[in-house]
Amino acid sequence: MPTVSVKRDLLFKALGWTYTDEEFDELCFEFGLELDEITSEKEIISKEQGNEKAEGASDVVLYKIDVPANRYDLLCLEGLVRGFQVFKERIKSPVYKRVMPNGEIQKLIITEETAKIRPYAVAAVLRNIKFTKDRYDSFMELQEKLHQNICRKRALVAIGTHDLDTLSGPFTYTAKRPSDIKFKPLNKTKEYTACELMNIYKTDNHLKHYLHIIENKPLYPVIYDSNGVILSMPPIINGNHSKITVNTKNVFIECTGTDFTKAKIVLDVIVTMFSEYCENQFMVEAAEVVFPNGKSYTFPELAYRKEIVRADLINKKVGIRETPENIAKLLTRMCLKSEVIGDGNQIEIEIPPTRADIIHACDIVEDAAIAYGYNNIQMTLPKTYTIANQFPLNKLTELLRHDMAAAGFTEVLTFALCSQEDIADKLGLDISATEAVHISNPKTAEFQVARTTLLPGLLKTIAANRKMPLPLKLFEISDIVVKDSSRDVGARNYRHLCAVYYNKNPGFEIIHGLLDRVMQLLNVPPGEKKGGYVIKASEGPAFFPGRCAEIFARGQSIGKLGVLHPDVITKFELTMPCSSLEINIEPFL
Amino acid sequence: MADGPVAEVLLRQLEAADGGLDSADLAAKLGVDHQAVVGAVKSLQALGEIIEAELRSTKRWELTAEGEEMAREGSHEARVFRSIPQEGLAQSELMRLPSGKVGFSKAMSNKWIRVDKSAADGPRVFRVVDSVEDEVHRRLQLVQGGQVEKLGEKERSELRKRKLLTEVTLKTYWVSKGSAFSTSISKQETELSPEMISSGSWRDRPFKPYNFLAHGVLPDGGHLHPLLKVRTQFRQIFLEMGFTEMPTDNFIESSFWNFDALFQPQQHPARDQHDTFFLRDPAEALQLPMDYVHRVKRTHSQGGYGSQGYKYTWKLEEARKNLLRTHTTSASARALYRLAQKKPFTPAKYFSIDRVFRNETLDATHLAEFHQIEGVVADHGLTLGHLMGILREFFTKLGITQLRFKPAYNPYTEPSMEVFSYHQGLKKWVEVGNSGLFRPEMLLPMGLPENVSVIAWGLSLERPTMIKYGINNIRELVGHKVNLQMVYDGPLCRLDAEPGPPQTQGAA
Repeated sequence: MPTVSVKRDLLFKALGWTYTDEEFDELCFEFGLELDEITSEKEIISKEQGNEKAEGASDVVLYKIDVPANRYDLLCLEGLVRGFQVFKERIKSPVYKRVMPNGEIQKLIITEETAKIRPYAVAAVLRNIKFTKDRYDSFMELQEKLHQNICRKRALVAIGTHDLDTLSGPFTYTAKRPSDIKFKPLNKTKEYTACELMNIYKTDNHLKHYLHIIENKPLYPVIYDSNGVILSMPPIINGNHSKITVNTKNVFIECTGTDFTKAKIVLDVIVTMFSEYCENQFMVEAAEVVFPNGKSYTFPELAYRKEIVRADLINKKVGIRETPENIAKLLTRMCLKSEVIGDGNQIEIEIPPTRADIIHACDIVEDAAIAYGYNNIQMTLPKTYTIANQFPLNKLTELLRHDMAAAGFTEVLTFALCSQEDIADKLGLDISATEAVHISNPKTAEFQVARTTLLPGLLKTIAANRKMPLPLKLFEISDIVVKDSSRDVGARNYRHLCAVYYNKNPGFEIIHGLLDRVMQLLNVPPGEKKGGYVIKASEGPAFFPGRCAEIFARGQSIGKLGVLHPDVITKFELTMPCSSLEINIEPFL
Repeated sequence: MADGPVAEVLLRQLEAADGGLDSADLAAKLGVDHQAVVGAVKSLQALGEIIEAELRSTKRWELTAEGEEMAREGSHEARVFRSIPQEGLAQSELMRLPSGKVGFSKAMSNKWIRVDKSAADGPRVFRVVDSVEDEVHRRLQLVQGGQVEKLGEKERSELRKRKLLTEVTLKTYWVSKGSAFSTSISKQETELSPEMISSGSWRDRPFKPYNFLAHGVLPDGGHLHPLLKVRTQFRQIFLEMGFTEMPTDNFIESSFWNFDALFQPQQHPARDQHDTFFLRDPAEALQLPMDYVHRVKRTHSQGGYGSQGYKYTWKLEEARKNLLRTHTTSASARALYRLAQKKPFTPAKYFSIDRVFRNETLDATHLAEFHQIEGVVADHGLTLGHLMGILREFFTKLGITQLRFKPAYNPYTEPSMEVFSYHQGLKKWVEVGNSGLFRPEMLLPMGLPENVSVIAWGLSLERPTMIKYGINNIRELVGHKVNLQMVYDGPLCRLDAEPGPPQTQGAA
């Protein structure tokens, strides 16, 4: 969930209203936002870097507001204010318009070299804009928020904004060999080739995260003006030449990317938010983009879409009984201009270019519910009549674990993920013999594999509890995972029961007695006949030679019991003899 | 024990005594060891209020063994003096006497004797004076006679330095009559025995009182894990509400069921390597329901079912990627897909509680695996009001009654609402769950009828458990590092009962 930080006083000034922190928190809650923190620049710096560094920093109060991940229209002060003002019916939702310039339209020509790396580009112009320090900061911050969220850290879309008066169109968006790209990047005083820049930015805390997007490509994306001035090398850095300042009057915006839909949304969001400060408010100057196939498109799209939804559908989905007129009013408060049409039950809703999150009638239903107030909705119970059933495997597990505790064993809860070492080396096995599933991206060795046996978790629990009085009698009934090509995903769980006895003596007879008790509980008689159970001398690398038996029940092998091998005991950092039992309980369903 | 002769004598003496008596005095009087009297005092004390005994300690000067010998035989130096005849004694011979060494040097420094080193057969010792006054002997006899106070401080310390005198602390009891004083005592029984019951002797015997302040002996049974006790209660609540348990025994899931089927786009951040554990082996799902996959693909990339879709290039290879499920909603999706295949549609209420996995940065409240609780209701015409109504009933069973709902965003539910409850301890609203109506883009490609709505909610099992038991670090609750004592000591899980004082286990 993105967090937007805005200056409180600036926000209240724009709202023309002053709230207490509690009132504003309440307003946010109702609107689906969360006032996450009330802080200041000074407080933030002092928290992160200590009081000394915070000396002299601004103590203007900041509101940090959590915004839903799909509401790109609320990622800046301008959007938040507009959203609240329309919600409170203090203003009407603005109408955003694309207009043709008086002179020649700005053109961006895409060459085919971009196809393999970053094929899409869109552009627009904000004409006669008036920045102030706060507006400029907000403009930059919005781009950053978009980059981090919908742009997926610039991988899908990257934004470049330029002082149009320093450039001369038409512009060319192409891709070149890094060694052939040379320019003075933003906030640098000399020129570098793209290769040099990629090296320099390896140590840049902000930019280093984006380098991987193009690093290993033969050609890098780059945008030139008609004089060969480089506007930007997306998605890494803009040129210094066209850098915008507080005094910039005309802004050229380009968005390049791999996702055309998102590039268009990003452009729409930027221009709808900041055309507020243009001489002609909410008017955005069009730009033409020519694609390699020769087709040309005009941007920004600023498309308004109409949806027709029946009022009773909204009433039915929310569980309210409002007139169509009232519902239209509710929706209008959410920046979805609506009116009742047709037979008087149809509502026509206009979805503005700011609301890319509205993709289905259900999104409209939600907005009606928000405007109505979630907490005003009457709670009712559905009449759905059903008979409950337990999942048989869990039912058996629940019954067994209670009787395991009654038999004197204590339940533990261990992790399903562990290291290869835990399930293989430490048990004297080769990892290939385990049929374990392997995780491709573990952050640490603790998450290399899913466990194939519950035993390591129990032994690790003992190791962490060596100070406890002996004997330790532990059990766990939970799932293990192994590869299985007969399953759709190629792996499956098995429900295992594992128990250990840890004391000064191995206590095989105690673990054996527990097996006898479990079989008694499962109504499995001793003996090989009539679906009974029997244990047979066996061996296994985890067990002391001659102290291991395989358990057969209902004609199949279900597990092993025995005295653990001293090597196993040592590898789990234990010092006492230990016997264990592990069986698959699924045959007893 | 208490009916020994010393105890009886003690009681008789005490009866006659005025106020009380001292154990050491009594020992002296009876001519028995003091320890015998102390034993009698202790055994009488154990009988209750018969006597009262106050421990006193007194300091006393006593002769050491050497001191006693000298009090008897005279000081070493005097003995040396006496052993020297008029004609003197060879020094070597004198040194062989029992008091020789010490006596010689003391007698020398007292100037009682002298040594003639020029004698023909080695040094020879002669008396210097005719007679001596053995002052040390006199003083020691004073001490022995109990008249130590007649010695000055300097004289005492001189004797002490010579290790003839020592100061000892004597612990004695000042014994007085107790509230139940009696000279006739009989032994109290500790426990009822089968013989007493059969003979009826219990009627005439006094029984030793129990100490009700002592702790009992804890039973020797096993214990259930606290988090799983909470899981049992949540299962119980769902079963009470008529919800059927979904199978969730598949930790490994394909991206398709975990994300795509839920209308979660392929570029969604949750599908990032940083958030989700993907598998290296088996890396890809072997089978997917291809008909359904195509409907999902179309809905993502082009829209349909009234949706604009996400308008991007949907890739099958992305959907095939295997992972450790990030939520149990993948199991709900499978259950709903199975439900959709049954015609005609029958309403269903489902729940599950099982493990999910996140490749997250770990901290005090986040682990790579945790348990998710999920409830799902599918029926014709379900509303947000129904969702809220069910949530109210569900949370009431958890003992949570003050609820409010906040609009929220989840990729697969719309409308979505976060559930907040007022926490009395923290004095603020805390999020206790997430909920919503599943999106039509998720339900319709499965084949569910258009007018069927599915409401769902989820929460973690760990969080309410940590709040309930006042645990701050999740590692104290889950995993192999938990303190077994915490498991042994855990109370019953009664979610709707008033919370007791939080148990704070020593924080790591």
